Amino acid sequence: MRKIKESIYKWLFTITAFASLAFLVGIVIVLFKEGIPILKYIDFFPFIFGESWYPTYEPPDYGILPLIAASFWVTIGAMVICVPLGIGTALYLHELAGEKQRAVLKPTVELLAAIPSIVFGFFGMIIVAPFIQRLLNIPTGLCAFTASLVLGIMAIPAVSSIAEDALSFVPRSFKEASFALGANRWQTLTKVVIPAAGSGISTSIILGMSRIVGETMTVLMVSGGAAVIPKSFFSPVRPMTSTIAAEMGEAVMGSAHYNALFAIGLLLFLITLVINLIAEIISRKYRLKLGLNR
Amino acid sequence: MKKTLVTAISMILMIAGTFPGPVAGGEKTIVIEGSTTVLPIAQIAAEEFMNNDPSAKITVRGGGSGVGITSLIEGTCDIADASRAIKDAELANAAGRGISPKAHVVAMDGIAVIVHPSNPIGHLSKKQVKDIFTGNISDWSKVGGQSGKIVVLSRDSASGTFEAFGELALHNQKVRADALMQASNQAVASTVGKTPGAIGYVGLGYITGSVKALKIEGVIPSKETVLSGKYAYSRPLFMYTNGKPQGTVKAFLDYVLSAEGQRLAEDQGFVGLK
Repeated sequence: MRKIKESIYKWLFTITAFASLAFLVGIVIVLFKEGIPILKYIDFFPFIFGESWYPTYEPPDYGILPLIAASFWVTIGAMVICVPLGIGTALYLHELAGEKQRAVLKPTVELLAAIPSIVFGFFGMIIVAPFIQRLLNIPTGLCAFTASLVLGIMAIPAVSSIAEDALSFVPRSFKEASFALGANRWQTLTKVVIPAAGSGISTSIILGMSRIVGETMTVLMVSGGAAVIPKSFFSPVRPMTSTIAAEMGEAVMGSAHYNALFAIGLLLFLITLVINLIAEIISRKYRLKLGLNR
Repeated sequence: MKKTLVTAISMILMIAGTFPGPVAGGEKTIVIEGSTTVLPIAQIAAEEFMNNDPSAKITVRGGGSGVGITSLIEGTCDIADASRAIKDAELANAAGRGISPKAHVVAMDGIAVIVHPSNPIGHLSKKQVKDIFTGNISDWSKVGGQSGKIVVLSRDSASGTFEAFGELALHNQKVRADALMQASNQAVASTVGKTPGAIGYVGLGYITGSVKALKIEGVIPSKETVLSGKYAYSRPLFMYTNGKPQGTVKAFLDYVLSAEGQRLAEDQGFVGLK
């Protein structure tokens, strides 16, 4: 009786563990199956490097360079905001904050991660964009800069919580040894703690980046949505994610437009896959270097 | 042991139960899906219809004209809302699956060209609108306004309003590439209301106090001018059924087209047919 019970539990958990693998494989298969057929309509290079995206016209244009460029610009801009703020938050929480400050700050930062992305989008669209428009006197506040700003704020918790974990993995003995040698707090932080946690911090940056690249709802609402290669940070852009979100609803199933959107999804998947692989490789190396078995 | 098994089985059944089955179902169950423009009409009409006939069960979903028509073709909805006529590709697709979509005009919609209330411009010609939206004119001084960059807002290429405006106003020429594509009528209206140099287009029902609707060729967009055909940018709104409507589907369409149904459409900011 007990044996049967145990084996049932074993199977139940085996199934749940493999379920996510099955979902992943299923999604990848669908992405390839629905995305690859775009190559029947347009060659690989004109698709990636084409500068004109007019999928619903006759004849249609399926060049996604403006969309790739938009994702790239917005991501870079958001990184400039979330990396210093996220890592600064982690350093403060780990090194400087007292018990009381920590007890308030840490949950607050985590709460920022709990805000749904559509709320960020709404906030960006209604408040930030008109403010930026008036402040800088530009034609419209819905632009790459605003998208970067909002996304950068959104990604702070992701970066700070992983960076803080990395800092806490640094053995206490490292710090003690540094202090024993007469180094002050600042020297210990910059010369010992940060280098020791360096790869973990890089991982946090890279994972924050993967979150930004894949973010959809917010960029759909605040980036403006013009499919042109951006000439400046203050021009409206149309990232890959928001293109899929905005157009999938109306694309005729099985059409070239439908395939093109799946191909964009496939490209996004490959980009985030590479980003995550890099993060994984860096964090493995780091664990080995420090001799940690976590 | 037995208990665990029972729990497991009941859980599986519960999960299975939450998946939507094929629509067929009971006589009085209908599923309506499609254009978000037609959605308010379908929704309010469905509510009133169910109040009058409690045994009827009507599910209304948005998604867009294309989604609705695709669902009709796949047999997962009974009525497809559309703010545009069905495309040839979709008709061919439907024929391949033995579906024959039939169009019913349920109301008229006017597309208003809107600007920021502070904009001194009060009217434009059809050619000026076309030039602005296709990229030939980029500064307000070219159409008699104060000099300044024109910020052009458009609906996403996926929307029925985009397609209708493209046909009615742009004669299928491309919208300028640097136009800001917005995901909804509200998004266009609220962005125009917050951007002094902006111009956009929305359904007649979405004209709010924070934007100014322009006269086109001297005709103000209103119910009267849309219905009489005087206003240039007006369009019919459709509900598509598979073949001739029957049973509850027919009863529902009759209700939408009745005096009461048309009044409901008017309440939602559309133009009734009567």
